[in-house]
Amino acid sequence: MTDVPNPAAPIADPRGASSLLTQDARTTRRNRAEGRFRLYGILAIGVGLLMLLVLLVTIISRGTGAFQQTYLTLPVELLEAKLDKKGNRDIEDIKKVSTFGYSPLMNAALEAKVAQAGIETELEPKAMAALLSKDAAATLRDFVLENPELIGTTVEFEFLVNSRVDGYLKGRVTRESIANDKSINAAQLDLVDALVAEGSLAKRFNPEFITGSDASDQRPEAAGMGVAMIGSLFMMLVVLALALPIGVAASIYLEEFAPKNLFTDIIEVNISNLAAVPSIVFGILGLAVFINYMHLPSSAPLVGGLVLTLMTLPTIIISTRASLKSVPPSIRDAALGVGASKMQSVFHHVLPLAAPGILTGTIIGLAQALGETAPLLLIGMVGFIASNPPDGIASGLMDPNSAMPAQIYEWAKRADPAFYERAWGGIIILLVFLVTMNAIAVLLRRRFERRW
Amino acid sequence: MIELLSAANAGVLTLLILALAALAYVLARHRALRAVDGDVRRLHSLPSYYGYAAAMLTAVPALLVLAVWLIVQPWLVQMQVAQTIPAADGARAVETLPALLSDAGIALGGTLEPAIVEAAQQHARLRALGHAGRSLVVLVLAIAGLVAALRMTDPTFRARNTVESGVRALLILAASLAILTTVGIVLSMLFESINFFRAHPWQDFFFGDSWSPNFRGDSDLSILPLLWGTLYISFIALAVAVPIGLYAAIYLSEYANNRVRSIAKPLLEILAGIPTIVYGLFALLTVGPFLVSVFGRGEDGLLGVDWMNGATSVLTAGLVMGIMLIPFVSSLSDDIINAVPQSLRDGSYGLGATHSETIRQVVLPAALPGIVGAILLAASRAIGETMIVVLGAGAIARISANPFEAMTTITTRIVSQLTGDTDFASPETLVAFALGLTLFVLTLALNVLALYIVRRYREQYE
Repeated sequence: MTDVPNPAAPIADPRGASSLLTQDARTTRRNRAEGRFRLYGILAIGVGLLMLLVLLVTIISRGTGAFQQTYLTLPVELLEAKLDKKGNRDIEDIKKVSTFGYSPLMNAALEAKVAQAGIETELEPKAMAALLSKDAAATLRDFVLENPELIGTTVEFEFLVNSRVDGYLKGRVTRESIANDKSINAAQLDLVDALVAEGSLAKRFNPEFITGSDASDQRPEAAGMGVAMIGSLFMMLVVLALALPIGVAASIYLEEFAPKNLFTDIIEVNISNLAAVPSIVFGILGLAVFINYMHLPSSAPLVGGLVLTLMTLPTIIISTRASLKSVPPSIRDAALGVGASKMQSVFHHVLPLAAPGILTGTIIGLAQALGETAPLLLIGMVGFIASNPPDGIASGLMDPNSAMPAQIYEWAKRADPAFYERAWGGIIILLVFLVTMNAIAVLLRRRFERRW
Repeated sequence: MIELLSAANAGVLTLLILALAALAYVLARHRALRAVDGDVRRLHSLPSYYGYAAAMLTAVPALLVLAVWLIVQPWLVQMQVAQTIPAADGARAVETLPALLSDAGIALGGTLEPAIVEAAQQHARLRALGHAGRSLVVLVLAIAGLVAALRMTDPTFRARNTVESGVRALLILAASLAILTTVGIVLSMLFESINFFRAHPWQDFFFGDSWSPNFRGDSDLSILPLLWGTLYISFIALAVAVPIGLYAAIYLSEYANNRVRSIAKPLLEILAGIPTIVYGLFALLTVGPFLVSVFGRGEDGLLGVDWMNGATSVLTAGLVMGIMLIPFVSSLSDDIINAVPQSLRDGSYGLGATHSETIRQVVLPAALPGIVGAILLAASRAIGETMIVVLGAGAIARISANPFEAMTTITTRIVSQLTGDTDFASPETLVAFALGLTLFVLTLALNVLALYIVRRYREQYE
């Protein structure tokens, strides 16, 4: 304003009458925009947290079923005439009886049970036997081989039942949904209902899901995570044994010794880029180098461990460097001052002080590696049934095995609701491991982290 | 003896060498102490350094030779064998040799040419010879190192300096592994890609318009439909993750008090820690069927439309991938918004701007390069993501704008071409390496661009 305002005439406010006590239209609009903006932020966080909640609820509601399994308790007569024809209890002779020798005993026990409980059914004996799992005879055989002295007696035995029956008890299979299902019919479900009412058919906790091995795609009720867990364990051992020392050595060099030159720059750029390379590319590397070129056995946890090591190294290097950096220079100076060499100051003083941070970073890196699936698909850790637990360190490293995430993928691919339930259950086990590892990392950080 | 040597595998050899090294430590330390009658002050270094020096001299050269041998021998043997095979089918036949080898002992079918059988037998002979030579050389080297180290051990030997330069060399070696890995990735994919382009025209790969692998040969292998699927899914994922992640970051860094922040931030970051296989299953079994019940099933559906037939679709994979990327965008943006100096905000408030006006007109423009960098990093994540698309996106390669259709991506095809029975001589398998190389170059370019933008931005306020 260049003119001196005339005090006699009030200045005309271009926005009309204004007061601090009443909001004009523009201020109202601006305040409303402010409120909306804030709301968007709250909504965004709400959506994120809601998704987390939905994900966790889905996993738990769909997966807990896998930890329960339906068993049929039957008194089964272990006929000596069938199982040990010579009667001398020689374990080699008993082993000669295959599962086909056990099936009739089992089926007879079921028929006897139905008759004894007075259940009316028009089912053929064969249709009744179909309620039992295809794995039940093998379980009975293993039991007898372990306890040969029980031959000739009658034992109460818990038989696995077919996954459809199991699904019926868990509510996954209903009378409506079996209309087109060849493996089970309404009459069989009537028998199931009667057996449940009688008390011999019931759900209980299923430890085999945690300790057992995978089963073929005809018998989801017998599939377990145990062998895949051992595969994962061996892979993690390889990762730990290689990635931790190499990662720490690389970080020490880069943080404490490396001169500022082109070579160091190239290493730094490489590490940050490797951290962002898609995991499947590491799988291609593993396939091309470890399997096609070096002829290491495919599907072996050793190869999986090597691939995951290369993948985890950048994570470990980045976190190790951060914790080395956080050790104050005064520590190094003090060590050098009392006559330690540079190497001694690093290994005797800096490294022990940085150890909690390094450990935390390593555990988080391992947790990442544990959940990684894509590279394992390429080196062949899927597509077969991981049925035999390894019997030593060498076979654990070199024999084909699966890993937890690969096993989950395998089950997801089999396109059977019973296997889907296993897959969700497998995810619960995997997440329990991840949560435990991360909790340990957080605890370590809380307990040992030093602020200088 | 030779049989024993050739039977010793790398693991046994390594253990043997380590045992020798332990022996060297004990002997050298003892020898150093005995040379000065237990008076440590007369030694140049602490006694244990003499032990370490001897152990290093024993183990390091032997282990290095073993490692080099492991890498070079297969290559040398293949070269040797390749010369004996008629040139016409030379290269291809050698590729399949390892598979033939296992059969070489037993009766072979009539389909094999004698030259190849002979080559396979020669391969086995050379391998056994190589293994024997390897064991011999490595063990002799270890023992020679042990003896030399013991002879060097006397009070004037500068053991600490020797150990320290050795350790330094090992540290440099460990750090160089990053370069080696990158070189390994590039070379392994480059060689197989070159093999692929020899068997398949590159014009079709880059500019063709259909993907229909056909294991009898004569397949269309074009990357364009796959690239389209990849980019479409990534676009949907970013369309979900960027607004949610950005608004969440803004709220957390500008509005939320410490309590909300300390609860909400770690909770959101859990989403980033969940393995991708879990998201894949979530897409296939939960989100997919839910979307079908909304957009599909005709009259029975929620909207009464019939746009979606199967649970796997671009939308399914994109939405789930978006959820996965939310914490990725939000925590990167959060850091960047926090790095904007407070003085900029104070200046804006001083001029009478509201909180949101300050954010929109001052903070966000200042943070924009960093946020763009974060989004590019998220995009590179989305392009390279495998499990969600393998389970959620479907397997049909097509170029279409309909998000309810199943499409396939580069990563999905890599998995399907390289799993199961694969023949590393056919273009249908080798194409996976060309796809992998393209994926690697694509994500590398995005990362480099993102880091460049972020770094340039950072310099502004320092």
